[in-house]
Amino acid sequence: MADHTKNAQAYWRANLRLIIISLAIWALVSYGFGILLRPWLAGIPVGGTDLGFWFAQQGSILTFIALIFFYAWRMNKLDKEFGVDEE
Amino acid sequence: MSQFAINLIFVGGSFALYIAIAIWARAGTTKEFYVAGGGVNPVMNGMATAADWMSAASFISMAGLIAAGGYANSTFLMGWTGGYVLLAMLLAPYLRKFGKFTVPDFIGDRFYSTGARLVAVACLIIASVTYVIGQMTGAGVAFSRFLEVSSDMGLIIAAVIVFLYAVMGGMKGITYTQVAQYVVLIIAYTIPAVFISLQLTGNFLPPLGLFSEHTESGMPLLAKLDEVVRELGFQDYTADVDNKLNMVLFTLSLMIGTAGLPHVIIRFFTVPKVADARWSAGWALVFIALLYLTAPAVASMARLNLMNTIYPAGPTADAIQYAERPDWMKTWETTGLIQFTDKNNDGRIQVYNDTPAFAATATERGWNGNELVVNNDILVLANPEIANLPGWVIGLIAAGGLAAALSTAAGLLLAISSAISHDLIKGSLKPDISEKGELMAARISMGVAIVVATWLGMNPPGFAAQTVALAFGIAAASIFPALMMGIFSKRVNNVGAIAGMLAGLISTCVYIFLYLGWFFIPGTATFANTPDNWLFGSTGYGISPLSFGAVGAMINFAVAFTVSALTAPPPVRIQELVESVRFPRGAGQAVDH
Repeated sequence: MADHTKNAQAYWRANLRLIIISLAIWALVSYGFGILLRPWLAGIPVGGTDLGFWFAQQGSILTFIALIFFYAWRMNKLDKEFGVDEE
Repeated sequence: MSQFAINLIFVGGSFALYIAIAIWARAGTTKEFYVAGGGVNPVMNGMATAADWMSAASFISMAGLIAAGGYANSTFLMGWTGGYVLLAMLLAPYLRKFGKFTVPDFIGDRFYSTGARLVAVACLIIASVTYVIGQMTGAGVAFSRFLEVSSDMGLIIAAVIVFLYAVMGGMKGITYTQVAQYVVLIIAYTIPAVFISLQLTGNFLPPLGLFSEHTESGMPLLAKLDEVVRELGFQDYTADVDNKLNMVLFTLSLMIGTAGLPHVIIRFFTVPKVADARWSAGWALVFIALLYLTAPAVASMARLNLMNTIYPAGPTADAIQYAERPDWMKTWETTGLIQFTDKNNDGRIQVYNDTPAFAATATERGWNGNELVVNNDILVLANPEIANLPGWVIGLIAAGGLAAALSTAAGLLLAISSAISHDLIKGSLKPDISEKGELMAARISMGVAIVVATWLGMNPPGFAAQTVALAFGIAAASIFPALMMGIFSKRVNNVGAIAGMLAGLISTCVYIFLYLGWFFIPGTATFANTPDNWLFGSTGYGISPLSFGAVGAMINFAVAFTVSALTAPPPVRIQELVESVRFPRGAGQAVDH
C-alpha cells in the first residue's frame, strides 16, 4: 500500500509537471507571441505582415492542437508506466 | 431551377437526414439519454463536440467580426480554441473518470453539499438559456433569408426538428445528428472560401492564401488590404492594439469560458475511457480548427472583395454608381442588413471611416459622410454571391448556417434538461424517482426547454447579443474555477466553493450590468460603456465588461481558497474522491448513482 501511494504521488507530480510545461507553451504562443510580444516580433515578416499576426490568427491554434495530442500521448504512456491505466 | 428551390432541396435534404438519424438513434435508458450510453468513439465525439461548440456565432458572425476589427479581433480565434487545451489537461479526463452524468453532479458530490449543486444548476441554466436564445434567433434569420418564410415560422420548423431528435434520442440522437451537422457545416464553410482564395491569390487553401500574394496587384494580400483601408481612413487591418491588458483578459475570458461551458464538458462524458477523453479533446480542436483557420482568410478576403466592389478602380478613384450595384447588394438591402443613403447626392456609394482625422480628405473628395452600412453578419452568408459562385453554393451555406445553429441549440438544451431532471428532480427534490420516471422527466424538461427557447427566440429580449457575453462570463467566473479546484485541490471545502462561485458570479454580473444596463434593461446602465469609463480606464488600460470573466474567475479562486483556509478541511471520503478522479484506473463507464 505504501508503495502504491508513493507511486500514485509520483504519477500525479509527473502529470502536474507536464501540465505546467504545456500551459507555459500555451500562454507563450497566444498571450506572448500573439499579443504582448508582437512589437518584438515585428521585424520578422510573414506574408505582408509580421510573425505576431500569424501567431494570433493561425500559429496559436496549430500549437494548441499539437499540445493536446502531445499531452494525450504522454499521459496515456504515463498511465501505463505507473500502472494506473484502465484495463 | 430557382434559387429558392435549390435552397429548399439543400435545407430539406439535411433535415430529412437529421430525422432519419433521430429515428435510428432512440434512447431507451437514462444513460443513453444523458451520455449516449458512454460508448462514443473519441474521433466521432470530437466531431460532435466541434458541431456542439461551433454555433451561429462561429459560423455566421465570427468572420464578419474579424473583417471589421482586423488583428484586434484575433481574440476570438485564440479565445475560442485555447479553451480546449484547458479542457484536455485540467477538466475532461478527470470528470470522465468521476463518471457521472452532469456538471452539477460533480460539484454537488465533490463539495458534499446540495447548496453547491444548486448554485451550479443555477449558473448552468442562466449560461445555457442566454446562449440558446442566440441560436434560435440565428436559425430564424437563416430561414427567413433563404426559405422566404417568416422568421417566426422558420423558428417553429427549427424547433420541431430539434424536438424530434433531442426528445427521442437525448444525447444519443444529438451525438449522431451533430456528426452529420458538422459535415454539412464544414463543407458549407470551406467551399466558398476555397473559391474566393483561388480567385484572389491562386492558392486553393484559404489559410495559406491569407499569407500569399494578391494576384491582381502582385502585393501580399494583407499588405494590399492594409493599403486599401488606409486610403479610406480606416485603421490598418493588421495594426497592433494599444490596450493589451484588455486584449489579454478578453482572450483569457473566452478561453476559460469555453472550458467552463457545461454543454461542451458533458460531451466528454460520452467516450468509453479516460484516455479517450484526452484524445477526443484533440480531435475536437482539429475539427474546430478546420473552420477557425479558414475564418480569418474569409474575413480579410471578403473585406478586400467588398472594397473592390465599391471602388472598382481603387480607393483613390470614384466609387461605384448606386444604379450599377451588384445583385447581391440588392438582395441583402431588402433584409435591411445593408443600408445605403446618398448623403452627397452624387449617385455613388462612398464607404469610408467617418472620423475627424479623415474629415479633410473627405471634404476634398466631395464626400458628405459614410453612405453604406453593412451588418457584419452578412459577410459569410453573402460570400458566395459576392464571389459570383453558383446557386448550389448558396443553398449549401443556408444548410450549413442552420446546422451550426441547431447543433449548438440541441447540445445546450440537453445540458439544461439534464440539469433539471437529474440534478434538480433526482438530485434534490425526489431522490427515489425510478429510472423510467427520470427518463420521462428528462424528456419532459427537454420539451419544456425547447418551448421556452422558441418563445425567447420569437420575442428576443433586445439585449440578445449582450447576453452571450454573460454566458461566457458566468462559465468563466463560476463553473470553471469550481471544477478546477474540485480536481486540483483537496483543501477547498463546501463553504469555500460556494462562497467562491457566488463571489465570481456576482462580481462578473455586477460589472457587466454597470456598463450594459441592470439585467440588460436599456437605459439603466450606471456608467456609459466607453473605454475611459472602464475600471482602470483613465490609464488607457481599461477592462471591458466582456473581459471581466477572467477577473471574476480570479476573485472566485481567491475567495474559495481564503474561506477554505479559515474553515474545516473536507472529510476524508471527499479527499479520497479527489484522489480517485486523478487516476484513470477503474473508470469503467459513466454510471448512475
